[in-house]
Order: sequence, then structure tokens, then C-alpha cells
Amino acid sequence: MNLALRDIRHHLGRFLMTALGLGLLLGVVLSMIGIYRGLVADALALVRTPAAEVWVVETGTRGPFAEGSRIPGDTRESIARLTGVTETGSMTFQSLEASHRERKLRLQVVGWEPGRLGGPPAIAEGRGLARSRFEIVADIKTGLALGERIDLGGDTFTVVGTTRGAVSSGGDPVVWMALRDSQVLQFRLSPAPARREAARGPVAAGAPDTINAVVARVAPGASVEAVVEAARRWKHLAAMSQDEQETILTRSVVEKARQQIGLFTTVLLVVSTVIIALIIYTMTMDKIREIATLKLIGAPDGRIVGLIVQQALALGLIGFTVGASLITSVKDLFPRRVVMLPEDAASLGLVVVIVCLVASGLGVRLALRVDPATALGG
Amino acid sequence: MNADAPRPLVECRGLAKHYGEGEARVDALKAVDLDLWPGEVVGLLGPSGSGKTTLLNLIGCIVEPSAGTLHLDGETVWQGKWLRPDLRRLRLEKIGFIFQFHNLLPFLDVSENVALVLDMAGRPKAEALTRARELLDYLEVGHRRTAKPSSLSGGEAQRVAIARALANRPRIILADEPTAALDGERAGIVMDLLRKVAVEQSATVVVVTHDEKIWDRFDRIFALRDGRIVTQDTPRRRP
Ligand SMILES: Nc1ncnc2c1ncn2[C@@H]1O[C@H](COP(=O)(O)OP(=O)(O)OP(=O)(O)O)[C@@H](O)[C@H]1O
Ligand SMILES: [Mg+2]
Repeated sequence: MNLALRDIRHHLGRFLMTALGLGLLLGVVLSMIGIYRGLVADALALVRTPAAEVWVVETGTRGPFAEGSRIPGDTRESIARLTGVTETGSMTFQSLEASHRERKLRLQVVGWEPGRLGGPPAIAEGRGLARSRFEIVADIKTGLALGERIDLGGDTFTVVGTTRGAVSSGGDPVVWMALRDSQVLQFRLSPAPARREAARGPVAAGAPDTINAVVARVAPGASVEAVVEAARRWKHLAAMSQDEQETILTRSVVEKARQQIGLFTTVLLVVSTVIIALIIYTMTMDKIREIATLKLIGAPDGRIVGLIVQQALALGLIGFTVGASLITSVKDLFPRRVVMLPEDAASLGLVVVIVCLVASGLGVRLALRVDPATALGG
Repeated sequence: MNADAPRPLVECRGLAKHYGEGEARVDALKAVDLDLWPGEVVGLLGPSGSGKTTLLNLIGCIVEPSAGTLHLDGETVWQGKWLRPDLRRLRLEKIGFIFQFHNLLPFLDVSENVALVLDMAGRPKAEALTRARELLDYLEVGHRRTAKPSSLSGGEAQRVAIARALANRPRIILADEPTAALDGERAGIVMDLLRKVAVEQSATVVVVTHDEKIWDRFDRIFALRDGRIVTQDTPRRRP
């Protein structure tokens, strides 16, 4: 005869309400973890899109994401000539705020040469760039529709394709355009003194042929390190592998957020532990008389401990299930990506079980101290 | 003493209990000597506060004595301290207690309340439920088998509590006012059952009562006053 189950059924409404409340709390914990995972996924989305193995940037910088980087437009050709390099691409990265249809739109503009490395991921709707100028592929999150026109830096661009889930590390949706367009855009939007200085350069008439990074792929079997080493020999260049680039991003962009969210999650877990402990303690307090009666009629400690621990576990597991299903169903409503990893849910589940066991310790202590004679009064 | 000679099931020697110390000290029971034999049904009378419940609680090992000795079924249970480590096991196996306030578990239904003690004693579930059913039917509460205790009348709850106390076939049955909420006829049924159990299980039954209707049902009656046994009466000759 399972006493825990019988008692739960006896106070079913109250038990379910408590589990629901706990579920909301655990849902918050889970969403914090999901928000963190989303942050990491967003931070790495853009850097992973070109599927590059080597990043070449301006010397002394850790660009193009963590720091600004400007290198000459012909760098790509030099890199392409290195042994082992199979594919290359020139890229620009620029975040800007455009006014479109009476509202501000924050965008991450990526320029690349169609046909070379660095273009958008799978096109969701429409097509890639066909003409060399004034076309863009925009992520669905920009809110721009296929065929829509948008003014960027004085030129009008037409949306010819859309992507899904392409965002910058700051969460801004990405817009792809031809390299030349993006260079003009960068030139027009750069601060005036920089523009004057740049105008003295080789392409005085228009925007200078400057890019932010060159990405490269290496032949299977060829050494990425060797290519990185070779690129570093140019004094004005720095080079790093894809791994190094990702590490820089996670370190610089995500580290603070990780600590912030990690601390907050810890606080939430502590709060949840205290709340679970209090709930179980109160549940035990409410049963003092029944526990005393059980002792009077000769119930062994195991039965009494089982009653409390099983209820604590049931509470935790139901609460956890409620929280997990809640967050899974609303995660897409968050403005930024929330990533629910099964292993995160599993570890939280494990933590909840441990917390419930620890928390029921208080209740068990109370129950074992109950004097059976307390059940004798009226 | 010969090992085969009959021994009392319950032996109290100078058994006493006081609550509190100094000014607040209450001597609930003062040096009681009492031998209770297998097969007998005895009554405990006395005004409110005279120590009847206290004496039952001491024999039932629910409250720790302050002085004296207590032997149950030939085993010294208390002498200066508890000598038996597992009192709850003792209560489960040897003692059936019918509490003054029934003490049914509110989250179990009537038959589960009775079957629980059998379940805890390791009896199979089917056997436990059959036994519960028999006892409840005998006490005329079988029709309330699936009810929750909160929906029972006082008399029904009392009879369920009696069924629970008898379920494990204990040798020592302690009943605190078991007929208080019952009419004369049902009080008679309860006393018949207690008598039957005393004979069939060679058990001792101790009944605290104010109920004059059942006085002629006892083999011996002890009157308590201010924590002492003051008179002993034998309304019925021992069988
Ligand atoms: N836990 C306790 N703490 C202090 N005093 C107690 C306690 N239990 C009983 N007493 C006192 O001991 C005395 C005997 O109480 P007991 O309950 O044995 O009386 P009783 O004969 O059963 O009375 P009633 O007929 O009213 O049930 C009373 O004076 C009572 O106040
Ligand atoms: Mg009493």
C-alpha cells in the first residue's frame, strides 16, 4: 500500500497547484539555460556560415568580429596562391541601423563576392544574388519580404532571397549583399575624417577597395596550421584557424553573458532549493498527526521516510515536467533564440532530484522526531 | 518460578508516571501494581483525569513510565529505561490500541485503514483485505468499506478503529472508551467481539469506560482515583 500516493490523491488539487508553481519556477531556470545556449548559438552562427578553416585579418587585431579589421581588397588573391588553399572569399562585416517604413531596423550587413566563399546559408525563399549590384538576401527576422525594397546608405536594394536563423552575435538579423555594394556602404557610413583619409588612397573616385577579412578553405589532408603560418608572414596580416576564431568569439562576446546568466541560474537554483525544502517541510508539518498515528500503530521508520521522500520526488518530477514542457512550447516566442538541449534538461532533472532528496531531509528529520503521543489528543 | 506456570500477559509493578517538574508536576499515575491474564476482559473506571488513559498509554508503550517496571508477555519492557529497542515492532505485533479519538488515517479509505497494519506486518495484500472485510462486516461497517474516514459518523469511525486494533490478532488489546459513541446494541456487539478475541486468541483486553451498560461484561473492574487503583470488583466470574 503506497501511502505517498494515497496522500497525494487525498489532496490532489493542492498537490497539483504546488507542482504547477514549482514547474513555473523550474521553467524559468530552464529558460535561463536555454537563453544562454541561444546566445552561444547566435554568437557562432555568423562565424560558422562560411564554413571556413582559416580567417585572415588585419595584423594586431582579433577581427573581424571582436575587433575592427581592414585589409586591402587584393589580399584574397595572395591567400588563394598559398599551397593547400582550395577556396577563398573576401568578406565585409558591418552593423548598421536603417530606417525602413517608419521604423528603425538594426542589421548586420555581410558583403561577399557571389560565387566565392562567404555567402548566405541555405536560401529559404527566393534565390541568391544574380546581378552584381543592388540586390540583397535578407534573413526572415529582418521582417523584409521577398521583392521588398529598402534604402541603405542612399542606394535602393531589392530583397531577392531570404534565410532563416542568420543573426550576428548581437542578435541582429543578417543581410547579404555583393562585396562592391558593401564596400560603398561602408565608405558612406564611415565617419568623415576616415572618409577623407581614405579618399587620398588608390580609388579616390569611389569607395576604397578595403575588406574586413579573407576566409579560406584548405584541401583535405593539407595542414591548416601551415596556411595560417604562411599568411602570418605578410606583415600587415594576421591569421587564425576557425577554432581560434570561435574561441575568440565565445571568450569576448559570450563570456560576460555566461557569467551573468550562470550566476543568475545559480541564484535561481538556490531559491528553488529553498522553496522545495519549505514546501516539503510544510507538507510534513501538515501530516504530523498522521505520522504520529502511523508510529502509534507500529509503522517502521522506512514507511514514514518513504512517504515523505516519495512525495518530494513526485513533486519535483511533476514540477520539472511541467516546467520543461512549458518552456519547450513557448521558446519560439522569445525575441532571441532559446536553445533547449536534451542534456541540459537532463542535468536540470538530475539536479531537481538531488535537491528534492536534500530538501526532504528536513521533513524526514521532523517526521522522525514526532512523538507518537501527539496523535492522542483530540 | 516454574517456566511452564502461567504468567500474566501484562505485569505492572509500582508503575508511575508524572508530567512536568516542581510547581508544574502532575502525578498522573502513582505506583500501580496490576497483573492481567490471558483470556480476561477487564474494565478501568474512574473520574476524568484519574489516569485511565495514562495507564493504557504506559501498557501500550506509547508513553515512557517514570518509575516501576513493566513486563509484557514475559518480557521486561521498561525498568528505568526502555529495554526493548524496537517499540513500534512490539506495538505492531502484540498490541492493538483503540484510541479515544479513533486516529484513522484520513487519506486511506476504511478498508485500507484496517489492512494497513496487516500490510506493515508483512501479510499479503489479498489476505489483508479479506481480514479487513471480515472484521468490518462483523462490526456492521462493511458497507462503508470504500468511504474516507472524514465521512464516517462517530460510531462508525469507532468501529473501524476497533477493526484496525484487532486486525493483527494482538495478544494485548487496549481500548480507550470503545463504546462511547455507540448505542446499547452496537456496544454489545463490540463487547461480544472483544470477549471472543480474548478467548480465541487468549488475549487480554483492557477497556476504559464510563458506560454503565457494559459493566456486567467485565471479568474484573478496577476503579482509578487520583492516579491510584482504589477498588477492584469482579462482576463476572472468570471463565
Ligand atoms: N501530556 C501531558 N502533560 C501533562 N499532563 C498530562 C498529560 N497527559 C495527561 N496529563 C494529566 O494527567 C492526568 C491523568 O490524565 P489521563 O488522560 O490519564 O486521564 P483520564 O482518566 O484518561 O481522563 P478522561 O476520562 O478525561 O479521559 C490529568 O490530570 C492530566 O491533566
Ligand atoms: Mg482518557
